[in-house]
Amino acid sequence: MDDMYRDYILDHYKNPRNFGELEGATHTYHDSNPLCGDEMTMQLRIGDGSVEDVHFTGKGCAISQASASILTEEVKGKTLDEVKAIDRDHVLANLGIPISPARIKCALLGLKTLKGAAWGLTAWPGEEVKTR
Amino acid sequence: MAVTVKTPTVKASPLDVGRIRKDFPILAQTVRGKPLVYLDNAATSQKPRQVIDAMTRVFEEHNANIHRGVYEFSERTTAAFEEARAKVARFINAPSEREVIFVRNATEGLNLVAYAWGRDNIKRGDRIVTTVLEHHSDFVPWQQLAAEVGAEVAVVDIDDDGRLRRDQLSAELRKGVKLLAITHTSNGLGTVNPVKQIATEARAAGATVLVDVAQAVPHTPVDVQDLGADFVAFSGHKMLAPPGSGGLWGRADILEKMRPFLYGGDMISRVTVKLTEWNELPWKFEAGTSSYVDAIALGAAVDYLTDVGVAKIHAHELSLVAYLLPRLQEIGGVTVYGPKDLESRVGVVSFNIEGIHPHDVATIFDREGVCVRAGHHCNQPLMTRLGVPATTRASMYLYNTTDEMDALVNAIHAAKKVFGV
Repeated sequence: MDDMYRDYILDHYKNPRNFGELEGATHTYHDSNPLCGDEMTMQLRIGDGSVEDVHFTGKGCAISQASASILTEEVKGKTLDEVKAIDRDHVLANLGIPISPARIKCALLGLKTLKGAAWGLTAWPGEEVKTR
Repeated sequence: MAVTVKTPTVKASPLDVGRIRKDFPILAQTVRGKPLVYLDNAATSQKPRQVIDAMTRVFEEHNANIHRGVYEFSERTTAAFEEARAKVARFINAPSEREVIFVRNATEGLNLVAYAWGRDNIKRGDRIVTTVLEHHSDFVPWQQLAAEVGAEVAVVDIDDDGRLRRDQLSAELRKGVKLLAITHTSNGLGTVNPVKQIATEARAAGATVLVDVAQAVPHTPVDVQDLGADFVAFSGHKMLAPPGSGGLWGRADILEKMRPFLYGGDMISRVTVKLTEWNELPWKFEAGTSSYVDAIALGAAVDYLTDVGVAKIHAHELSLVAYLLPRLQEIGGVTVYGPKDLESRVGVVSFNIEGIHPHDVATIFDREGVCVRAGHHCNQPLMTRLGVPATTRASMYLYNTTDEMDALVNAIHAAKKVFGV
C-alpha cells in the first residue's frame, strides 16, 4: 500500500468532487502554484452567511487536486466564519498522508484558494502582482 | 509522439564509467534502501573527490584572503585562484585570462552584462533578439532591461522537435538587432543550437552576441573564439565544481569600455574622497572577497573534465540517450519533448506520462531512488510553447549508466502502476 498515493487520494484526483463552474457563485478566487504550474479556481455560493454550494476547477498534481476536492466536501453547509477558521493543520490532517516539505504548497493550494474566496480577496495579501 | 532514433553514428560509450563513479563519493549512497540514481545533472552535478579535496586543501593548508596579504598563505591562495582562472581560460579557449571573470554562477554573469553593458548600450527602440529556449536567467534580465530603457525583445520560436526556427531567427536579425542573447544548449530539452553559424549571422547584422553556455560547457567542448561570441556565461556547479563558482568571459575590448558592476574592495586601483579609478581586467569586475575556494575548486573540476575529455563525455551521454529513447517509446502514454534523434543534443530528456502530473512522477521516482527534476525548469516561456505546465526531466552526466536508464524506465512503470494508467 502506498503511503502517499492512497486509493482515496487517487479517487479524489481522478473523480474530483464538486468540480466545474458554479452557477450563481457569489465568491470566486483564482490562484496558482507557479513552481508546479498548478492552477485552481474556487467558487462559493453564500446565502444567509453559509456555504450553499462550492465548486472548484483546476489542473495540477494529485495532491493539490485531491486536497481541494476533499475540502469542498467538507465546507458545504458551513458558515462563512467556520470556513475562515479552517487552518493548514486541519487540511493536512484531513488529507491523512505524509506530505514532504516540497509538496506542502500542493497540499495547501485548495485551502489558500478557498480562503481567498471566503474573504472576498482579489489578490492574496503580499502577493499582489508585481510585473511591469 | 513518435520517437525515431537515428543510431548509426553512435558508438558505445568511450568512458570507463565504473572507474569514474569511484571518484564520486555520493554515488555510493542509497535512497530509501535503493541505490541513488542521480539524473538531475542539468540542475546541478555531483562532485568528485578531487574537487572536494581541492577545497579541503585550501582550508587546511593555506587559507587566507586573496590579492591582499603580503604573507605566504595569502600569496599561495592568490596563486591558486589565478591558476584556476588560467585553467578556465584554457578550457574555453579564451584568448586571455584577463577576459575571464569569476562570478557566482551564470545568472550573475548574465546580470553583470545586463547592468554593466546593457544599460549603457541598449537604448530606446533598440532590439534584443532572444529565444523561447532560454533559461529565465538569460531571459528576465533582457526583458527587464528592455522595459527600463524602452527597447524591444523579439523571442524566436522552436519547431515541434525543439529545434530553433532558423528562418524566424534570420528574419528577426534582419529587422535590426543590438544584442542577440541565445542559449548554446537548452536546459529544458537538450537541444544544441548551431551557435557558431548564428553568431556569424548576428554579428553581420550588427549584434553583440551573448551565449549562455551553462548547459554546454559541462557536456560539450566549447571554444569561445570558434563560437564567435562576445560574451559567454556558465556555472561551476553544473560542471563538477561547487555552487558559488562560475565564469563570465567577454572580449577584452568590450570589457575595457564597460563600467563596473559592483563597487567595493579589490575592484579599484585608487580611491580618493573625490574619485575612484578602477582596477584592470578582470579584477575590475570582482568586487569584494571572491568565492576564491569555489573558484580554486572550479579549477580542479576543469582538470578533472580535461582528463576525462569533454568530447568523450558528450559521446557517453549520447550513448545513454540512444539507449533510453526507444525504451521510452515503448511505454504507452509517455510523450517525449524536444529532439527525438541524436543530432545536436546533450543528455537531457524531457517527458510526461499521460494522466500523472510531473510532481507526482518525481515523488514516486524518489521512492525508487531516482532523482529527476519535475517542473518548469526555469523555462516558463518554453513550457507555454510546449503547451504543458511542467515536464519531468532526466539529465545525464559522465557517471550515469545504462542500468540507471533501466531504473528510470522501471520507475515510470511504478508510477503508472500507482496511478492505474
